Amino acid sequence: MDLQAILSGIDVNADWIGLRYVKENTGFRLVRDGKPEANTRESKQGIMVEVLVNGQFAYYATSRLDVISMQKAAERAVVLATAASNYSLHRFGTEARPVAKGSYQSPFVKAADAFSPGELSELLIKATSELKVSEKVVTTNAIARIVETESRFISSNGSDVDQKYLMVSADYSAVAQDGSITQKRTDGGLLAKSYQSGMEVFHEADVLSRCQQIGSEAVELLSAEECPTGAMDLLLAPDQMMLQIHESVGHALEIDRILGDERNYAGWSFVRLDDFGKLQYGSELMNISFDPYVENQFASYAFDDGGLKAEKEYLIKDGLLLRGLGGMESQLRSGINGVANFRASSWNRAPIDRMANLNLEPGDSSRDEIIGSVEKGVFMTSNRSWSIDDYRNKFQFGCEYAKLIENGKLTRTVKNPNYRAISNPFWRSLKKVGNRDTFEIYGTPFCGKGEPNQVIRVGHASPLCLFDKVEVFGGA
Amino acid sequence: MQKLFKQINKVIMAELRDGEHLGLGYGGEQSTFTRINAAKVRQIGNVDELYLGFNLINNGKRCTGSITLSGDVDEDIIRARSELDRLRAEVIQLPDDPYLVIPDSIETSVSEKVGHLPAAYEIPKNIIPSMGQSDLTGIWASGSVFMGSANSAGGFHWFASDSFSLDYSLITPNEKMVKATFAGTEWNQTAYESFLADSVNKLELMSLAPKKIEPGNYRTFIASAGLADVISMFSWGGVSEAAIRQSGSSLGKMRNEGQTLSPLFSLSEDFSSGLVPRFNGNGEVAPEKTILIDKGELIETLVSTRSAKEYGVTSNFASEGEGMRSPVVGTGNLGDADVLKALGTGVYLSNLHYLNWSDMIGGRITGMTRYACFWVEDGKIVAPIENMRFDDSIYNFLGDNLEAVTDSVLVNPDVGTYEGRELSAIICPGILLKSFALTL
Repeated sequence: MDLQAILSGIDVNADWIGLRYVKENTGFRLVRDGKPEANTRESKQGIMVEVLVNGQFAYYATSRLDVISMQKAAERAVVLATAASNYSLHRFGTEARPVAKGSYQSPFVKAADAFSPGELSELLIKATSELKVSEKVVTTNAIARIVETESRFISSNGSDVDQKYLMVSADYSAVAQDGSITQKRTDGGLLAKSYQSGMEVFHEADVLSRCQQIGSEAVELLSAEECPTGAMDLLLAPDQMMLQIHESVGHALEIDRILGDERNYAGWSFVRLDDFGKLQYGSELMNISFDPYVENQFASYAFDDGGLKAEKEYLIKDGLLLRGLGGMESQLRSGINGVANFRASSWNRAPIDRMANLNLEPGDSSRDEIIGSVEKGVFMTSNRSWSIDDYRNKFQFGCEYAKLIENGKLTRTVKNPNYRAISNPFWRSLKKVGNRDTFEIYGTPFCGKGEPNQVIRVGHASPLCLFDKVEVFGGA
Repeated sequence: MQKLFKQINKVIMAELRDGEHLGLGYGGEQSTFTRINAAKVRQIGNVDELYLGFNLINNGKRCTGSITLSGDVDEDIIRARSELDRLRAEVIQLPDDPYLVIPDSIETSVSEKVGHLPAAYEIPKNIIPSMGQSDLTGIWASGSVFMGSANSAGGFHWFASDSFSLDYSLITPNEKMVKATFAGTEWNQTAYESFLADSVNKLELMSLAPKKIEPGNYRTFIASAGLADVISMFSWGGVSEAAIRQSGSSLGKMRNEGQTLSPLFSLSEDFSSGLVPRFNGNGEVAPEKTILIDKGELIETLVSTRSAKEYGVTSNFASEGEGMRSPVVGTGNLGDADVLKALGTGVYLSNLHYLNWSDMIGGRITGMTRYACFWVEDGKIVAPIENMRFDDSIYNFLGDNLEAVTDSVLVNPDVGTYEGRELSAIICPGILLKSFALTL
């Protein structure tokens, strides 16, 4: 399809026109207890035609890709923009869509077709067999999710961006049962191992080794005692820090949210525009970066969907809030410095402010130093439950697996670990940050936001983090 | 749209080879979305999309797929043939699926609900001026939604519906909020303006100084919209037969340990509202009503034909995911006018937010209070409360602590748009609780 020719042929009275084409194939394979549960591929393609008229953007997103349909789509978008321009929240100019030229290809070693459907199914069947370490393991699942995406963005002011991605997610889980006790263990949380990479992640020996550990830990949890209740030190593994950063930092710093766009759905934020440059968000050990160029991280890219070039930026430095998560539209509306995060889930949704790779930078404490510093605490890994209020203040998170820390040593395993706190005091209680040896990269395909609703991929990386006097508790 | 689906269906089914079985699912929408912030237009646009799903079975193996359609029948038949070829090449490589379901339903149905909706260009001038100086944030969605199902046995179903919804929050200067949804199939400007004015009046109650309450157990009334949020959790690790069998359900205690909920609580899958079609992705037609929980006892679960085959039970033609498509909660005896008096002193919760299982197997849910939530003393509203986190088990608050259920229900429309515009609703009353655990 010659997008430039289509753009050149569109004849409407608009101050700016953009075309964003997206084609995405999502393959999903699930094996349960050695038997195939799902082998599916969803193939989507379409174009969002966007226009700017009288300071108001409007779009027409369509899966009809011929030239005549593109012209009609542009005409309808112009009618909508004109009708809405009497009631615009903000009057934009073309500076909201900066000129962008470039390309991006995500890194991979083995292409998506390196495994045939039969070979990948066979590996997943072996994985479920390996997960069943005893008769107490009653359900096993192995999941492979492979996404191939192409996007192209061109505009009447000269943008031309071509980005291609191969993204692989995998998860292996075991449910163990003994009488009325049921426990589940996954590979770091559901699909937390989501990367821009190739089929090399399905290295058989590695996969089967992880499955052995997952199955064993599910069984181990059956005889574990309940997580204790009380205020104590809380050490979070990177696979739980992913969720912690996402919910209590990322969403809170989205500028469109601070500006109120989300108040009818996901909510508002405790952060206000005048907090930037002033608010001590966390302890001086807290350094949060927006980094679109971490090798293999799930939400890396070169340009956002508004054409803004992606650069690494610190949002929080030494605990101080510096910058928001907002693309050009939010930056123009708020006057706050942002990042290139104006992203859409697909061709049929308009871009909004989204997290991408949002990471907590490593500190200088070794794992042994951190654990050795704790007299009484809990070390929690792998998210299993999450809930936070509409201002991103009061949260309660639960994990799959935990160990007690007593007198500087990891001791007994405990089950049903949960904790609850309020964002600002919690981050200010951050008292040790692990070094690069403890730093791990995760991601998720499932971040929901926006009206109409959108699910988008995000990446989070973090070292081990130790928090002071957090309220922890066990199960029902 | 039905014509396009029929044309593709006819061509593709005619090309099946011996031993092949195929189910086709058709879906799409032509929607206008208007995103509003501060009673102004933030974003506006149209989405016009069509897709075709495939479920191919051959020689004991199965694979599925879906493609985007263009709306041009010649082009779409080429795309459909290409997808069928891809599926044929893949399915022979897959392991045998012992629980696959050959689509054999030969039932047919057609339902088309034509509405009266404003044209896309009329929407801003119809909805924005009436908002006046209110701080209103929300989403308008309108247009047509289509879904169809056909199979190689000859079954064919078609459902199309025109509808609109304006789902919004009104916000006071001290950041207290009221939530409402104006939805229907026939646009009426006067009715809209009256509905909006009523919401603005409700907002006045929120201007009272908020009261901060301490964590603890409180007498609580949860209004219909809040209970709808709880009921939606039953579709995730709840009423699914497969979830119970695979030790991943909060209702496992009811099946395996004889646990019960309150005799005041009943839940059904009930399609009599006609909001959503009864056919599932396999073209199977569910009973108009399936009683899931009756007077606190687990009677039935949602059973797909796949689960039925695996576990040797009878299918009630649930969707493959075994989530509720049209849930209805039974009513009780508490009159709406008597709610505050019956509550006495405690909290009145109109809405809940961001629910999640904090212990799924234990039946414990955590979440937040949101929107119009009040402290009530001696049957009178005293003040809005600051939002609180709750963390309590359904076996408590839908069990012994369930004191009364209102005698009327509200229709709580699902305005979700993740996979496309939803059409369903949760129909439920409000509930009065002796005790509810607020934790943070």
